[in-house]
Amino acid sequence: MNEQETTEQNDENIKKIMFLMRKAPHGSIYSYEGLETVLIVAAYDQDVTMAFIGDGVFALVKDQDTDDIGIKGFIKTYPVLEQYEIEKVYVDRQSMTERGLTVDDFAIDVIVKDSDEIATLIEDQHAVISY
Amino acid sequence: MKFAIQVLEGPYTHQASDSAYSFVKAALDKGHEIVRIFFYHDGVINVTDKADPPQDDRNIYNQWAELGKEKKIDIVACIAASKRRGIVDSNIVEGTRISGLGQLTDMAIEADRLVTFG
Repeated sequence: MNEQETTEQNDENIKKIMFLMRKAPHGSIYSYEGLETVLIVAAYDQDVTMAFIGDGVFALVKDQDTDDIGIKGFIKTYPVLEQYEIEKVYVDRQSMTERGLTVDDFAIDVIVKDSDEIATLIEDQHAVISY
Repeated sequence: MKFAIQVLEGPYTHQASDSAYSFVKAALDKGHEIVRIFFYHDGVINVTDKADPPQDDRNIYNQWAELGKEKKIDIVACIAASKRRGIVDSNIVEGTRISGLGQLTDMAIEADRLVTFG
């Protein structure tokens, strides 16, 4: 058995789990508590994908300052995703452009995908968890 | 089929709890398995035992308790979300419990379908 086959066998217990981040980072707790879940699931060594769609894309905008709204803010947490080996971070192109954003506006590196590509990714998952 | 249920909204303000409950009942009636019901965000308020809704309306809290006690469905409120909202072991309805996000992870892995309400 070659090395690749061994790896595939070991991967049987790893599930593809995708998080759909749908909401703006502030105004509700969806995005914040959603990110907490992502980090827990990643700690379970699952194959994690994130997709930011709709107002969810605002969560990634860099240099957010939450002082004036009196809440903690969590944009500084996003760079941690890399340490958790979460590399599949997708942003829906239409959602991004509709909101006047480009990849340069984001605090972390993302992969921009068209909606139909994200739909294909969703189909490919074992579980989709939306926030 | 094995379903896992995630509920993100508190009772009464939003329809999420009612829809989730109806879904679970229908799934059980059809012979499906409910791996777990996981309450997150304001959803954790679904398990408080301090509420006393009007008698001529449905009692959402008791509905969950009955599912937990009679149908032996595992009903879990996230501990981190609960702590934010004053939900602790001493004020939750029978048939439910408080535990960590690992329970959400496990049910996502185990279930054939994870359905989110909210």
